[in-house]
Amino acid sequence: MENKVSVYRREHFNAAHRLNNPAWDEAKNEKIFGKCNNPSYHGHNYEITVKVTGVPNADTGFVIDLKMLSDIINENVLERFDHKNLNLDVKEFAELNPTTENIVIVIYNILRPIIDKDLDIQVRLYETPRNFAEYPAG
Amino acid sequence: MVYLTRIEHFNAAHKLYNPGWDKERNEIVFGKCANENWHGHNYELYVTIKGNVTEETGFLFDVKILSLLIKQFILDKLDHKNLNVDVEFMKGQMCSTENLAKAIWKQLQPRLPQQVELHCIKLYETPRIYVEYFGH
Repeated sequence: MENKVSVYRREHFNAAHRLNNPAWDEAKNEKIFGKCNNPSYHGHNYEITVKVTGVPNADTGFVIDLKMLSDIINENVLERFDHKNLNLDVKEFAELNPTTENIVIVIYNILRPIIDKDLDIQVRLYETPRNFAEYPAG
Repeated sequence: MVYLTRIEHFNAAHKLYNPGWDKERNEIVFGKCANENWHGHNYELYVTIKGNVTEETGFLFDVKILSLLIKQFILDKLDHKNLNVDVEFMKGQMCSTENLAKAIWKQLQPRLPQQVELHCIKLYETPRIYVEYFGH
């Protein structure tokens, strides 16, 4: 039996964004995205939880050193996202709408190659205390 | 005397940037908050009123009406906005949590009925930072 365990690290960042599809006209953007389309942007306190699943290492008892996981998230995600405008300052969103769904996929894709491939990861991102997304799903 | 609080929330972009200073000084004083392209928050607003309970209703004030007043005069002006750019009552002011709490008081206080006294505007910028303003 494998005895897999999930460990979680929670971090947070603040950012501005807007939802806009440049292929649509102003009226359609307003209709679909409502207040989130405001050309002057709005913003959120994002909360991110990274879940790492694997068999605890026999020597350390750790699935992953959570301090190390925190450093990885800080250096690769928070340094680039915190106190930024997601549309203007984060290159992944130059042509990608920064919805909670897309942001969580981008964060997963940043972290996945950095974390040991024997460990499964899943990212949960809260845009507000009431809205959140998870990737991969399930 | 009873205190009654209504909790509301709004999301907004802002930056802390004093236009009278150069970019370097703004960055020294305001750090990441000075990002020219803005950043943003989920603000949580606690509006506390005080007064005596009316015998017939058991209410200090109908909290649904309080909620509608907050929505009309505060949330409709702030939610999904850029505080520096879009909000008339923040024009010419630094958009700090302190100033925003004071400005919310100034907007809301005259709109409350006479028998109701505004006691406190408590404004969370993040779950870890908040300001309280008692009107003096």
